[in-house]
Amino acid sequence: MKKEVFVRLDRCMGCKSCEMACAVEHSYSKNLFAAVSERSGPIRRVYVETAEGQRIPLVCRHCEDAPCVAVCRTGAMNQDPATGIVDRNEENCVGCWMCAMVCPYGVIGRHTEVRKAVKCDRCKNLEVPACVAACPTGTLIFATQREFVEMMRKEAAVRLAREAKGLAKA
Amino acid sequence: MAKDIRDSSIDPASQDMLDVCQRAGLETAWDRYEKQQPQCGFGELGLCCRNCNMGPCRIDPFGEGATKGVCGATADIIVARNLLRSIAAGAAAHSDHARDVAHTFREVVYGRAGSYSIKDRAKMERLMKEYGVQTDIALADSIMAEFGKQDGPIQFTRRAPAKRQQLWEKLGIEPRGIDREIVECMHRTHMGVDNDYVNLILHGLRTSLADGWGGSMIATELQDVLFGTPTPTFSEANLGVLEPNKVNVIVHGHEPLLSEMIVAAAADPEIVELAKKQGALGINVAGMCCTGNEVLMRHGVPVAGNFLQQELAVATGAVDAMVVDVQCVMPALGALAGCFHTLFISTSPKAKFPGAVHMEFHEETALQTARAIVLEAVKNYKNRNSARVHIPKEKSKCMVGFSVETIVGALGGTLDPLLSAIKSGAIRGIGAVVGCNNPKVVQDYGHINLVKELIRNNVLVVNTGCNAQACAKAGLLLPEAADMAGEGLKGVCKALGIPPVLHMGSCVDISRILVAAAAIANALGVDISDLPAAGAAPEWMSEKAVAIGAYVVGSGVFTVLGTVPAVLGSSAVVGLLTSGAKDVVGATFAVEPDPFKAAALMIDHIDSQRKKLGL
Repeated sequence: MKKEVFVRLDRCMGCKSCEMACAVEHSYSKNLFAAVSERSGPIRRVYVETAEGQRIPLVCRHCEDAPCVAVCRTGAMNQDPATGIVDRNEENCVGCWMCAMVCPYGVIGRHTEVRKAVKCDRCKNLEVPACVAACPTGTLIFATQREFVEMMRKEAAVRLAREAKGLAKA
Repeated sequence: MAKDIRDSSIDPASQDMLDVCQRAGLETAWDRYEKQQPQCGFGELGLCCRNCNMGPCRIDPFGEGATKGVCGATADIIVARNLLRSIAAGAAAHSDHARDVAHTFREVVYGRAGSYSIKDRAKMERLMKEYGVQTDIALADSIMAEFGKQDGPIQFTRRAPAKRQQLWEKLGIEPRGIDREIVECMHRTHMGVDNDYVNLILHGLRTSLADGWGGSMIATELQDVLFGTPTPTFSEANLGVLEPNKVNVIVHGHEPLLSEMIVAAAADPEIVELAKKQGALGINVAGMCCTGNEVLMRHGVPVAGNFLQQELAVATGAVDAMVVDVQCVMPALGALAGCFHTLFISTSPKAKFPGAVHMEFHEETALQTARAIVLEAVKNYKNRNSARVHIPKEKSKCMVGFSVETIVGALGGTLDPLLSAIKSGAIRGIGAVVGCNNPKVVQDYGHINLVKELIRNNVLVVNTGCNAQACAKAGLLLPEAADMAGEGLKGVCKALGIPPVLHMGSCVDISRILVAAAAIANALGVDISDLPAAGAAPEWMSEKAVAIGAYVVGSGVFTVLGTVPAVLGSSAVVGLLTSGAKDVVGATFAVEPDPFKAAALMIDHIDSQRKKLGL
């Protein structure tokens, strides 16, 4: 089963380490201290938003039958059938922003200088995506869907067990 | 531990102990450093501000997100404010240390601190002359008054070359009072006060000068008066100085006020007898960090290691008491000491630690407290589990004790031989290498390689702090080390019987380097910024090092930092520190983690300075 980036929403502290690590990973130098002086500043592809008083990291879900791929007129946006990773071919992108319009998560960004869409490529060259590696609280998890839900189930079980014990005492 | 031990330290004693720690599951700073990865990028760049409760704010270094804090502070303002606060903390640490020493000195001259006496009366008399006072009491009061002065001048700033003093005055950065400048840092960085990065950094220089030519220099001078000005002496360094069959007491921290008394108490025949009754062969006091440097310089007390070895010393299982005062003491020591019989004893009312036994130290009862502490160590000896004792074999001989007075003495009473060696080119220049350890750098790798590279190129090295201890462990503080130096420097060292690397003391003793630089500049009739000299802090980590870097540059010495300071979030601040400052104070900072490249930067600078002087 393929690994995905999962988000444990209750854990995010809003530190934006994922955003910074993402930008650095997509810089020329891949080094923070050097990246800050690169002329066309590197762009993040993960976004920490706040809503209803909560911090919500948003990152491309690499949806099956991805709408951004479906609407792309030039074939720039494509999905690798083997890995499921939705990526964008920079050469073909004409900056029509159809992808940005249909993305339900708003995670299609724009290159700082040219009219090209920029999005999460799941750090294909890395074992663990940069955003996940940078997360200090374990909000972002890189795992298969099965591993993730198993972890969630275990956490839920612990919670329920504790609550049950508390109830018993009361 | 994720890292290979050889990637943690180049010191074989540290490697040995890291292996022991790994096998025993004992956590060290290196493990905690790994657990902190990746560290916060905003923090690394100096781009987060917590100075008011509209925040915390942070600036997106890539310009996509927020470019201003809630108040409107830009990256330049936030970085400069954070830098100023670091300088304030560093200057405060050195100067509050100095205050304690000045207080003790005053108690001594008022006859209220029976444990202490004046050891260097000649130096005290020189200071009285410098202050224009007739009595020791007047001197003590005058020095104490430096802290609370409002309008300056701080007397020791008068030791700087006239040109330098005039420059400080022209720039409006002549320090007015030690505490005043530090307080003003906190005021200026409060929400809505100073928001001009140049103005902020200029005040940083002023504050740092109040440290280098004020707090630190007061600490050095009065410690010499109270405990004796260091003279050349031989000792040993590294974890191998711990003794398997003696009571081991480590003195760790920065102030010599208590450690001097510990050294005295440990030599008390009555207590030594008690130790023998416990089955020990005697009492072995060893130093750590700058407290270690203080007693090493003055008494030849062996040094167990530098900053990153404090935990490793406890992990030997052979330390009966780890006695700490202030600064650079890891709070991790309590839990670690709890894994052994080691008594972790805190002594300063300012510095308490979880897991420590607190035996508070006061001037009036200094020797009594020291005796009580050594007695606790002696009583604890029987609790040592010899099966868990592992003392690395490594220890190196070292020659230490190079105060300015000693150096001038070694030169035959005048600076002339040094000046002519510099003029002839036998000595290409002077490199001051100082600073901490930092797990971001393989322990001692930066220190040792930089120093070796400098002496190989005929640069005479003066050092202090953890660098001096790294060099002591590596055998660089021996006259024989001259063989590692270039031909010119080697000849000078052999003729004088001195090492090519001169240990000038603790981190407050960087003030000795300032005094030496001023004396050389005065002798040549130039400013410090004209000298063929450069500074470096290859493995720095503390805020004190930030203050030191600032006063060294503010005094006119080009300085290379081996770890990246938290300023890269502002290209304007970086520009000011690494190039603009040249036109302001005649010196700049550079950042270069590679010690070989750092040495090249220093040597290039020295060569260009020589050229300008027509040498």
